[in-house]
Amino acid sequence: MTSSIGEANVTAIASFLVFVGITLVITWWAARKTRNASQFFAAGGQISAVQNGFALAGDFMSAASFLGIAGMVSMSGFDGLIYSVGWLVGWPVITFLIAEPLRNLGKYTFADVVAYRLRQGPVRVAAGISTLTVVAFYLIAQMVGAGELIQLMFGIPYRWAIGIVGGVMLLYVLFGGMIATTWVQIIKACLLLLGATLLAVLVLAHYGMNPLELFAAARDQYGASVLAPGKQVANPLDAVSLGIALMFGTAGLPHILMRFYTVPDARTARRSVGIATSLIGFFYLVTFILGFGAATLVGRDGIKVFGEKGNMAAPLLAETLGGTGFLGFISAVAFATILAVVAGLTLSGAAALSHDLWGHAIKKNKFEERDQLRIARYATIGLALLAIVLGVVFEGQNVAFMVGLAFAIAASANFPALLLSMIWKRFTTRGAVASMLTGTVVTLVLIVLSPTVYDELLGYEAVFPLRNPGVITVPLAFLVGILASLSKREPQAEDAFAEAQHRMHFGPKPTGGTASSSAPRRAP
Amino acid sequence: MTDAELERIVARRWRLGALLTAVMMAAYFGFILLVAFAKPTVGQLLAGDRVSLGIVLGAAVIVLAPILTAIYVRWANRHYDSAIAALRERQ
Repeated sequence: MTSSIGEANVTAIASFLVFVGITLVITWWAARKTRNASQFFAAGGQISAVQNGFALAGDFMSAASFLGIAGMVSMSGFDGLIYSVGWLVGWPVITFLIAEPLRNLGKYTFADVVAYRLRQGPVRVAAGISTLTVVAFYLIAQMVGAGELIQLMFGIPYRWAIGIVGGVMLLYVLFGGMIATTWVQIIKACLLLLGATLLAVLVLAHYGMNPLELFAAARDQYGASVLAPGKQVANPLDAVSLGIALMFGTAGLPHILMRFYTVPDARTARRSVGIATSLIGFFYLVTFILGFGAATLVGRDGIKVFGEKGNMAAPLLAETLGGTGFLGFISAVAFATILAVVAGLTLSGAAALSHDLWGHAIKKNKFEERDQLRIARYATIGLALLAIVLGVVFEGQNVAFMVGLAFAIAASANFPALLLSMIWKRFTTRGAVASMLTGTVVTLVLIVLSPTVYDELLGYEAVFPLRNPGVITVPLAFLVGILASLSKREPQAEDAFAEAQHRMHFGPKPTGGTASSSAPRRAP
Repeated sequence: MTDAELERIVARRWRLGALLTAVMMAAYFGFILLVAFAKPTVGQLLAGDRVSLGIVLGAAVIVLAPILTAIYVRWANRHYDSAIAALRERQ
C-alpha cells in the first residue's frame, strides 16, 4: 500500500513544534518557581489529585504501549491482547499497598521509605544501584525506540532524532524540574488519550459503533483464530513469570513512585492513583480497538510493509481514516509521548544520584540545599548525555526486551524491600541491602542466560529457560531479605518501628501549627 | 490515642489491601493460566460468533482493575480517613 509515512509531513512537524513550543513556555514558567530541591524533585508537593492522576498515566503510557500493543493486536489478534492486560494489573497493587505509606514516610525517592528506620549509607547505595539500573535499561529501550520511530515517521536521521529527544528533555528537567515534567506528562497524557480515542471512534464508526461488529469483521477477514489464543502463551511458566514482573514491577518503578511525593498528602496520593488506573485501563481498551481496526481497515499486509512487528499499525490507521493530517497529529503525539517518558526517567535518576547517593550516602544528610539542587542539575546533564550515548551505541539492536528487564529488576530489587520495610518490624539494614542487590544482580544474570539474550542475540542455546525471570527473582528477593534480617537483629530498627507506623498513617508532623483536623475553637 | 484503636484500623487497612491484591492476582493469573491450559474454552465464540470468551475475559480483567481501586479508595475516604482523624483529635 502507499503511505506518506516517512515523508516530511507538514502537520506532524507543525504539531510537534507547537507541542515543544508550549512545553518550553511551561518550562520557563516552571523554572521561575523551581528555587529549591523540594520544588525540583517534588513540585513542592502542590500537585492536585487529578493533575497527578494524569501525570502518572503520562509517565506510564509509553509509545511502546501505544504503538507496540496496537501493532501486536493488529498482527496477532487475541495474543496481543493477553500481553497488554499485564501492563495494567500493577496499578491496583500500588494503590492497595504502596502509595499512601510511601507518601507519608518519604520525601523524594522510594529509598526514603526503605531507609527510614535502617542505616542510611548501605540502603541508599543499594537503592541507588537498583534505581539507576532500572532507569538505564528503560532509557535505552525508550531512546532506541524513539530514534527508530522518529526516523520512520518524520524521515529525520536516527542520530538527529536521538539528539532532539535528549536535548529537549534536558531543557525540561534541568530548568523546570518536577513542575515542568509534571505538566509535560499531563499535556502528553491528554494528547495521547484524545488522539487514541478519536481514532477508536473513527474505527467504530465503520462498524455502527459496535465493537462486536469490528471483531466479526476481523473474524471474516482472518478466520476465527484471530479471536482465540495462538502461540503467545506457549510456555505457561514464562507467561506467569512475565506477569509477576509486570504486576510487581509497576509498584517498583522509581519514576512512578517519585510522583507520589508531588501531592500534598496521602489522601491525594490515593485519589490520584485511582484516577491513573482508570485512565490507563481506558487507554488499553481503546488500544484493542485500534489494533483490530488496523487489522481490518488497513490490513496486515499493508502494516507489514513498515515492519514485521506492526509498530506502524496505529499511524497507518490514522492515515487511512483521517488522511495525512491525522497521521501527522498521531506521529507528533508519539514523539511527545517518548519525550515525556524520557524526562520522567531522567528526573528519577537525578533524584537517586543527588538525594540518595550524594545527599545521604556521601554527605550523611549534612549539606546546603542549594548544593543539592546544583548536584541534581549536574546529574540531569550527565543522565541526558548518557541517554544520548546509549541511544547511539544501541542503534539497530533489538532492545525491546529491556523494558521487560527493567520491570523485572524493579519487581525484584525494589518492591520486596519496599513492602518489607513497611510491614515487618524485624526487617534490617542487612536484609534490605541483601534483598535489593540480589534482586538486581540475579535478574541481570538470568536475563543474560535467558533465551532472549542467549539465543536471539548471541545464537547459543539458553542456559536458563525463562524469558523473564520474575517468577524466580521476586520470591528470591523476598526470601533473601527475610533470611538476612533473621540472621542478625537490629534493635534500633525495631525500636523505630512504632514511630514509623505512626507516621505511615498520620503523616509527617505538621509544621508551624497548621493542624488541619483541629476543630474550630468555640467562642466562650 | 490508644494504640489498640490505631492497630485495629491499621490492620483493617492492610487486610483490605491484601485481600484486594489477592483478588487482582487471582483474576490476572487465572486469566493467564486459562489461556495457557484451556485454549479451546478461551477461544469459544459468543454473541453470534462475533467475540471470543477470551476477549471478554481480557477486557473484564482490565475493567476489574479500576473497579477494585475504586472500592479501596471509597473505603479509605469514608472509614480510614475519619478513623485516623478521630484518633488524631484525641492525641
